[in-house]
Amino acid sequence: MKILVTVKRVPDPETTIRVKPDGSGIVTDNIKYVINPFDEIAIEEALRIKEKQGQGEVVLVSIGAKVASEQLRTGLAMGADRAILVLCDQELDSLGVARILAKIVEKEAPDLVLMGKQAIDDDANQAGQMLAALLNWPQATFASKVEFMDNYVQVVREVDGGLETVRFPLPGIITTDLRLNEPRYASLPGIMKARKKEIREIAVAELGIDTTPLLTVHKMDPPAKKAAGKKVESVQELVHLLHTEAKVI
Amino acid sequence: MGNILVFAEHQKGKFPKTTLVALQAGKEAAQKFGGSCLAAVLGAEIDGLAQEAAKYGVAKVLAVSNPALAHYLADSYAAVLSQLVTAYDISLLLATSTAVGKDLLPRVAARLGVAMASDVVAINTDGTFKRPMYAGNVIATVSLTGPIKVISVRGTAFDAAQPDGQAPIERVRVELKETKMEFVEFNETKSDRPTLTEARIVVSGGRGLKSGENFTTYLEPLVDALGAAMGASRAAVDAGFVPNDLQVGQTGKVVAPELYFAIGISGAIQHLAGMKDSKVIVAINKDPEAPIFNVADYGLVADLFKAVPELTEEIKKLKGE
Ligand SMILES: Cc1cc2nc3c(=O)[nH]c(=O)nc-3n(C[C@H](O)[C@H](O)[C@H](O)COP(=O)(O)OP(=O)(O)OC[C@H]3O[C@@H](n4cnc5c(N)ncnc54)[C@H](O)[C@@H]3O)c2cc1C
Ligand SMILES: Nc1ncnc2c1ncn2[C@@H]1O[C@H](COP(=O)(O)O)[C@@H](O)[C@H]1O
Repeated sequence: MKILVTVKRVPDPETTIRVKPDGSGIVTDNIKYVINPFDEIAIEEALRIKEKQGQGEVVLVSIGAKVASEQLRTGLAMGADRAILVLCDQELDSLGVARILAKIVEKEAPDLVLMGKQAIDDDANQAGQMLAALLNWPQATFASKVEFMDNYVQVVREVDGGLETVRFPLPGIITTDLRLNEPRYASLPGIMKARKKEIREIAVAELGIDTTPLLTVHKMDPPAKKAAGKKVESVQELVHLLHTEAKVI
Repeated sequence: MGNILVFAEHQKGKFPKTTLVALQAGKEAAQKFGGSCLAAVLGAEIDGLAQEAAKYGVAKVLAVSNPALAHYLADSYAAVLSQLVTAYDISLLLATSTAVGKDLLPRVAARLGVAMASDVVAINTDGTFKRPMYAGNVIATVSLTGPIKVISVRGTAFDAAQPDGQAPIERVRVELKETKMEFVEFNETKSDRPTLTEARIVVSGGRGLKSGENFTTYLEPLVDALGAAMGASRAAVDAGFVPNDLQVGQTGKVVAPELYFAIGISGAIQHLAGMKDSKVIVAINKDPEAPIFNVADYGLVADLFKAVPELTEEIKKLKGE
């Protein structure tokens, strides 16, 4: 099975994000970048599928600036076979991302596209569903278990109030949730091997599609600050204050 | 400006609070921008639900009844909604960012060739929207270009619509191509407690609880004494202490109850993203430096295994009076 996995370069979730004073964006000095955590889970799942089936190909694709090759290299070191970097310096919305990915899918013809459910920078949670729409493929978002049956894939999804199971024949799109797996670390031999693996670069202009964003971010503000609370000394004091001061119990 | 369409999601034959929130946001948008606010109810046998939706002050209910819509499936529901958007001169489509809302709306937007704003917390009169990014570290002001705008709204950012009036119901027939997707089963998390996103009080536990048994012995009595819903941090869910759908945070549920207890939770930004708009926040943690205390209105530095049983007793005493 040929699996395409999307990889976005995002700030490390451990870093503190600050808004620039003029509201034009976030302060990027000293930020460490990583593979979007949900995409790391997608890579892991693709590798497990390939290992279980004993054959197949895992192709990574990232859209962004040249530096995104760092994250692709990490994914290759985890065990992916090759990578594609769509060079694009312009800001994109999830529709733009989905349009680019649709072109790549057309060229690569994978059986399955594995993506993260959400990029932890824009928190959009859209690209996978949009790609599914553009390709008119079935989708299973928020996957916590993926199983292959005779001629379809069965996916357990994390939804409100429980777990839902859906299935469909391939090709299709699956987006990952946190509990799908625990991603491996790249091994030393993996890192060595990754150096020789291919990262093919494609300029976004070559794809001949319109990626002008329809979603424009005009301004960024820090969230409203909360007034400092108080420390209480005992459970009795806590209950007393919740009852008489906050009046919530 | 054309009309506004609210996707009225139903669960187990009812409209959850999140749907009433979407209806309210739709009505507010209609007041700001003009146009009528319509509600779409999709499903197999939905006459009762359509009647119910008609009570919430919308201009009209579009009822799409079809056996093929018995279970929510992204491809067929997206096909129906995009047809409604085109047929009813819709310029704003909205739903709440529930699991279904998140799954469905981007698919509809892409079918229509337009972008979407997720998790909107404010609809501004100038046509811009406010939405959080970077786990709530940033509140962005955004706009959408094009004749049709698609947004999901945050369930905590708008009030629930109140019943007022009785709108006409229009039964709509749609073209439904065969879906490629098949619903297999739904494994419900059974609970007699209030729903996490609807409860007035939420009690969440974290890794500090140390085990699922401790959730049962220590946390649940407190949850029940308060008549609260139970929530959890990602660490507690990942460790298998409690079911997945109790996760509160950036990538879980967003809640804003009147009273939120964070017990044995450190307060990572990803957790705060899901609860910091709660009216009153109580933190119990043995580490005085835990970041959860920065957002807590009342902080108690204590061992939870001692403090929580005491707290449960005090609450019971108070309620008994
Ligand atoms: C992509 C991504 C998405 C994420 N999404 C979410 C999300 O949606 N929701 C979420 O919650 N997290 C999320 N996280 C995880 C988040 O970063 C934290 O790891 C997580 O919230 C920590 O959970 P915790 O506070 O329970 O555990 P810990 O950080 O381990 O904290 C446990 C706390 O318990 C206290 N404690 C221990 N024993 C006791 C005791 N006996 N009495 C009192 N206190 C005690 C400790 O002092 C400590 O503060 C996400 C992370 C990533 C990378
Ligand atoms: N620039 C990008 N390059 C590669 N994949 C992306 C990019 N942007 C988004 N994606 C994929 O789409 C998923 C959802 O992104 P989003 O809609 O931005 O939340 C992410 O988890 C990625 O897998």
